[in-house]
Amino acid sequence: MATETIVPFDKALAAYDPAMGLEVHVELNTNSKMFCGCPTVFGGEPNTQVCPTCLGLPGAMPVVNAKAVESAIRIGLALNCEIAEWCRFARKNYFYPDMPKNFQTSQYDEPIAFEGYMDVEVEGETFRVDIERAHMEEDTGKSTHVGGATGRIQGADYSLVDYNRAGIPLIEIVTKPILGAGEKAPLVAKAYVAQLRDLIVALGVSDARMDQGSIRADVNLSLAPKGSDVLGTRSETKNVNSLRSVERAVRFEIGRHAGILNEGGKVVQETRHFHEDTGETTSGREKSDAEDYRYFPEPDLVPVAPSREWVEELRGTLPENPTAKKTRLQAEYGFTDLEMRDVWAAGALPLIEATVVAGTTPQAARKWWVADLLRRANDAGVELAEVGVTPAQVAAVQALVDAKTINDKLARQVFDGLIAGEGTPEEIIEKRGLALVSDDGPLIAAIDDALAAQPDIADKIRGGNMGAIGAIMGAVMKATRGQADAGRARELILEKLGL
Amino acid sequence: MSLIHLSAAEQAAALAAGEVTSVELTQAHLDQIAATNRPENGVGLNSFLHVDAEGALAQAAASDARRAAGAPLHELDGVPIAIKDVLATEGLPTTAGSKILEGWIPPYDGTVTAKIKAAGLPILGKTNMDEFAMGSANENSAYGPVKNPWDHTRIPGGSGGGSAAAVSSFQAALAIGSDTGGSIRQPGAMTGTVGVKPTYGSVSRYGVIALANSLDQLGPVTRTVLDSALLHELIGGHDPMDSTSVATAVTGLADAARQGAAGDLAGVRVGIVKELQGDAWSAPVVERFEESIEILKGLGAEVVEVSLPSFVHAMAAYYLILPAECSSNLAKFDAMRYGLRVTPDGDPSAEDVMRASRDAGFGNEVKRRILIGTYALSSGYYDAYYGQAQKIRTLIIEDFTKAFEQVDVLVSPTAPTTAWALGEKADDPLANYLQDLATIPANLAGVPGISIPSGVSSVDGLPTGIQFLAPVLEDARLYRVGAALEAALTKQWGAPIAAPAYAGNGNGEA
Repeated sequence: MATETIVPFDKALAAYDPAMGLEVHVELNTNSKMFCGCPTVFGGEPNTQVCPTCLGLPGAMPVVNAKAVESAIRIGLALNCEIAEWCRFARKNYFYPDMPKNFQTSQYDEPIAFEGYMDVEVEGETFRVDIERAHMEEDTGKSTHVGGATGRIQGADYSLVDYNRAGIPLIEIVTKPILGAGEKAPLVAKAYVAQLRDLIVALGVSDARMDQGSIRADVNLSLAPKGSDVLGTRSETKNVNSLRSVERAVRFEIGRHAGILNEGGKVVQETRHFHEDTGETTSGREKSDAEDYRYFPEPDLVPVAPSREWVEELRGTLPENPTAKKTRLQAEYGFTDLEMRDVWAAGALPLIEATVVAGTTPQAARKWWVADLLRRANDAGVELAEVGVTPAQVAAVQALVDAKTINDKLARQVFDGLIAGEGTPEEIIEKRGLALVSDDGPLIAAIDDALAAQPDIADKIRGGNMGAIGAIMGAVMKATRGQADAGRARELILEKLGL
Repeated sequence: MSLIHLSAAEQAAALAAGEVTSVELTQAHLDQIAATNRPENGVGLNSFLHVDAEGALAQAAASDARRAAGAPLHELDGVPIAIKDVLATEGLPTTAGSKILEGWIPPYDGTVTAKIKAAGLPILGKTNMDEFAMGSANENSAYGPVKNPWDHTRIPGGSGGGSAAAVSSFQAALAIGSDTGGSIRQPGAMTGTVGVKPTYGSVSRYGVIALANSLDQLGPVTRTVLDSALLHELIGGHDPMDSTSVATAVTGLADAARQGAAGDLAGVRVGIVKELQGDAWSAPVVERFEESIEILKGLGAEVVEVSLPSFVHAMAAYYLILPAECSSNLAKFDAMRYGLRVTPDGDPSAEDVMRASRDAGFGNEVKRRILIGTYALSSGYYDAYYGQAQKIRTLIIEDFTKAFEQVDVLVSPTAPTTAWALGEKADDPLANYLQDLATIPANLAGVPGISIPSGVSSVDGLPTGIQFLAPVLEDARLYRVGAALEAALTKQWGAPIAAPAYAGNGNGEA
């Protein structure tokens, strides 16, 4: 492979304007498949969730899953799209062993939803991402290539195909070109997918698990010389499977494209694979113009024509608009703009909301999620929601702090235990011996020692310098391994000094 | 008269009267098949690709037991039937006449198969056909041609030559056919039998190995109009497994046939299609057609000529839409999950196996249509070919709508000629395509059509057919008019039309 020059991000952005297009596939959580009655449960034994239709047996026919249409319409409405009064499925023809009919039943030029938008917020700035379309289609089966070094089809001894996934309903959401994001392009891409995921969760139409592939993003990227209004040649990075990877893929491709363009080269229009370990992309198959899917309307299905009454009924089932909800919660929680920006950037708002619902004050919830847990997530390279602590657990830990069973410092050790899977907060406190010491006996002994060791400090306090009490407190905490009840210790210190 | 020479309605009556058992009836038909099918030594009809004697007799015994127990029975319970090999039958081989499906046994029943089983009709076996229903002579079957019972040197029509020959040779009184551009009606004309293409969507296609999904329709193949009506009512009706299935109930057809047989067509307006006349139509066919028109007038029908100008483009549109759809339908035959698998030498990829299997498994006509269809759908050609063909289709639908404002049914000869010699047109696809000139428009528009025998040619003594077409969901009109003409012709002939060598007791001379 020829060595690639990757231009540093800042330099690349100084010379070029990035244009992005995001295609997000959402696997719906319907009970049955898109065109047959087979179950959709994840992880079944291979080829146990199949029938004549999803196996493509001769003579079998598809029937559209009404629930999938409903989910598609709700997604479309939530993305401010028009909903088609009449639309059809088409056949996308190409040969591949994991596709039972050797065509994919998909929507082509008549999507169920089109012309929408989503407002994405990045660092306090709002970007409007225009949605071109959201359409319905079916998933393919899954190939496993056995033998060979890479797990790819080349060099494999044989391949196995599992058709359980064949026919699972997918909604593909396609943006229009996202222009003008500049150096914020990677963050905009990430924020768009994150907000889209939150929306899907709120709609309840998908498991929305990027790690299980129920949300998959393809990232299209091109660069144009700064100021040019002609789009450059794009690359399409497939199946980017985490929010962090979306950001990294955009960042990498900007640097790679800039490297090619700086050397006077031509970007090849192609599919690329993203590698989580290196953060780089490598070439997949070339997407030549010769690839001709020979689309035509699926003659086995009648058009989908959702009545306006039904569409309006579904509009009534939509969750609160995310932007409106954000404004409402900021007011309810009393967060400053700065606090809210951090909360938003961390993707913490839904987690804080759930924590507050579980009984914690907004500020306490914010403190845990945005300060402590976010750092842990960043260290582990995972999303905040996947840090290993649930909103209910945060609420339980804060309740123990409020009850003075533990203090904040001990609470952090409880979180360590939760992430390590050591059990409930109470079990962790018990096992690790983390309960606060509020019994006066040990506290008084520690205070006496501390005052005796630092008589000058004791004098300062007596002289009215209350700030000096911290030094005594520090010594007491050290002696009790942090388990002293700070409030009680302070009372006892003052009592000892006759104040 | 032997049992096999009874119509299905007569067989049902004999069963109901206790004069015969289903096992006896079924055995009689199996005996006829055994005596006349004989593909192995080349002298038989080759109308059946698979005979299920054991299964049919078991179903017959079950029918007799139901009857003995006094259970409520379908009118045709116990009357044996043959099924075109295009329809999936659980446990019975289903090949669609292709080598690529040799040995494939479906794990499921098509909806019509299920209805037939539920009604208690013993299934005699699967009938021969042109490969994937592509043909007008049954010479494109991968399992050898079917012979016309009227003359073993002649073709029986296609693609449903097997079902037509089976019914014509008294191997069965009832058979299922499929009609995409005339595959039920044209073989009916070639073999002196009755065939009906129902309204599109009124008979479920679930389980039908698709040729062209927007054109295909299953229908009855019988010797009498009433038998077709009885079978049509049995197989018709809404099916949730077929999205294109219409919700309307399929009833009143047998009543319409009985009403028609009484012979009164007063007030019925019949339109002769102007565009289905002329030099392409052989004189003996036209002679019989004109004779039938005079009979219709005599029964009180008002006969006028109507023009459906877009019909002249029907053939061109059909041979774009059909290949386009079938090129996609046949993609699933890739040797990955079922059917023929050819593994080339060396270290072949999945793609190599697909290519070799399709090359070995598909016949020339199938390959020809896949090529045409793939081309017609290609980027840059779609609008000029497939798109344009769909516009013609719309024009043809509009022609029908206008014509049916003037008349109740349309009429034309079914096919331009009588059956030709085996091999005569085998290397001339266009000559075969032209056979379907009169039948194709109904498929493009979704309207129902019937072909009934109009007599025999004064030149070669082979049967000729007349076709009636009705508006969508007005299939009953076909049965009324068809039964009226059938009754009048039968009276004129003195006996039902039948292939002389198979008629038995000399009652078949037309």
